[in-house]
Amino acid sequence: MPERLKNSAIQLLLAINAIIMLFPLGLMLLSSFKSNAEIFDSPFALPPTLDFSNLLRVWHDTEFLQYLGNSLIVTGASVLAILVTSTLAAYALARYRFPFNNAIFLFFLAGLMVPLKLAVIPLFIELDTLHLLDTRLGLILVYVAMGLPSGVFILTGFLRSLPGEMEESARIEGASEARILWQIMLPLARPALVIAAIQNAVPIWNDFFFPLIFIATDSRKTLPQGLTVFMGEYNTDWGVLFAGLTLAALPITIVYIALSRHFIAGMTAGAVK
Amino acid sequence: MTTRTVRRWRQGGWIVLLLAPALIILVGFVTLPLLAALRYAFYAFDGLAPAGFVGLANFQTILFEAPYAAWTMRALGHNAIVFVCLMLFQNGLAYLLAFALLKTLPGHRLHQVIVFLPVVLSAVIVGFLWKLMLHPLFGVINAALGLIGIAPHPWLGDENTALGAIILTNAWHWLGFPALIFLAGMQRIGAETLEAARLDGAGDWVLLRRIIWPLVAPATTIVFTLTFIGSFNWFELPYVMAGLTGSPGGTTDVLGLYAYRLAFGSATAGLQDFGRGSAMAVLMFVFLAVVSAVALKFLRRREMEI
Repeated sequence: MPERLKNSAIQLLLAINAIIMLFPLGLMLLSSFKSNAEIFDSPFALPPTLDFSNLLRVWHDTEFLQYLGNSLIVTGASVLAILVTSTLAAYALARYRFPFNNAIFLFFLAGLMVPLKLAVIPLFIELDTLHLLDTRLGLILVYVAMGLPSGVFILTGFLRSLPGEMEESARIEGASEARILWQIMLPLARPALVIAAIQNAVPIWNDFFFPLIFIATDSRKTLPQGLTVFMGEYNTDWGVLFAGLTLAALPITIVYIALSRHFIAGMTAGAVK
Repeated sequence: MTTRTVRRWRQGGWIVLLLAPALIILVGFVTLPLLAALRYAFYAFDGLAPAGFVGLANFQTILFEAPYAAWTMRALGHNAIVFVCLMLFQNGLAYLLAFALLKTLPGHRLHQVIVFLPVVLSAVIVGFLWKLMLHPLFGVINAALGLIGIAPHPWLGDENTALGAIILTNAWHWLGFPALIFLAGMQRIGAETLEAARLDGAGDWVLLRRIIWPLVAPATTIVFTLTFIGSFNWFELPYVMAGLTGSPGGTTDVLGLYAYRLAFGSATAGLQDFGRGSAMAVLMFVFLAVVSAVALKFLRRREMEI
């Protein structure tokens, strides 16, 4: 087969794949502007008018904003805490020699292998004992523990690869250790911090399992968890259902489109060396 | 003390300070809970508190006693089906897709962004969206099939098609992930190697089977391991699309749902029982660890050989 014909065939297959990937999301978006009758009678048609009433109903009549706020708080605080704690630990492991350095690094690595879901019962009891069950703080602590090992792994590897001259000269000039970390190493570590942030932010933002088990009060539920409440309440009003799904998907989709290269690098980091 | 020892002590304190937050959280919320899960598996429970050592009784119940044993085996079987189907269809397709993207035809970056888009969405959103699309009366899937003369079918309501429908949804959700891992593996091969093979007259098919397949073995190892762990921890998608009991008739019940029911209670698996739930978690952990370790050893050797 001539090369050009073959490339055209591959282009066609890629286009079909793209349609399969985008069609459900496009359907979701367009259906959120339709009424029930329009969705049922002509599922493939474009909405006749740009009717925002479904989206406004989700916005005003449901706890959507509360769920969104909770997700922002939980994900933001978790990722920030993961970055801070794992940068500190990684800095110690990467830049100082001390007894058991390697053993501690391996201990963090072992955390990478553990699916934390399997420890959900003891975590439930532990949070109950600490009076942190059904709180956002309890959820955050579990996420920080879940994300720490990958953060330490990424940052230790990166910090080890940095040359030592700037650090040494700063030390000779009398800079404190904390100052060296904050003013010299941290700016250099930015690419690794971005990867560690995205790798943790996406699964935490999307997680449903831990909120399902730890959070019972409606006003503390995260977006994926709140979505299950919402989908049950409005189960006959398809326009509103599609509008709810659209609004739930929108924040991360926008960020993804803006930062797609970082997202792909971050989420496949660890899998791709 | 000399200034030197003072400095030493000060540096030691600084290192402890750096490591302490991470270590405390990791020990408190990963290590200790895991050890506790192991301990709880040997206890009977009264509510949230362990009520007495019962030896292997919890394991005995879920592995050998009716009706639990049959439920455990059924769920395990479904997980195995999920794993095999995802390896063949999702990851097989991902491999071919990676090869198509490797050619860097016009628009290949856009195609990467598109195929990865569902990956960043929550399984809850994906599950509900496909549940609406698969709806027997108003779903767009049946409407589309109707256009080519296929009768409507309750895909999620039929015992024969429910698990398959959820597996296909999972493949749609995750396709981009193995595809881009394979693509990264293929890009590392180097243009010269591929060019040399082409000059020797190798067509695409020979290239894919004889040259690329052995050279992306490390990527295959990673895809295999992640798919394995993902398939046997499957929870969110079946929970959203088929419910906690794996309806219809338990045909979509998997270990994740079953372990949840054992631990937190449900109409079919009895009251909340943290002992049995912990025993189930320990069994799953051991199963995952042993099979992953054996598979990894085998796959690493395979990477060396081919």
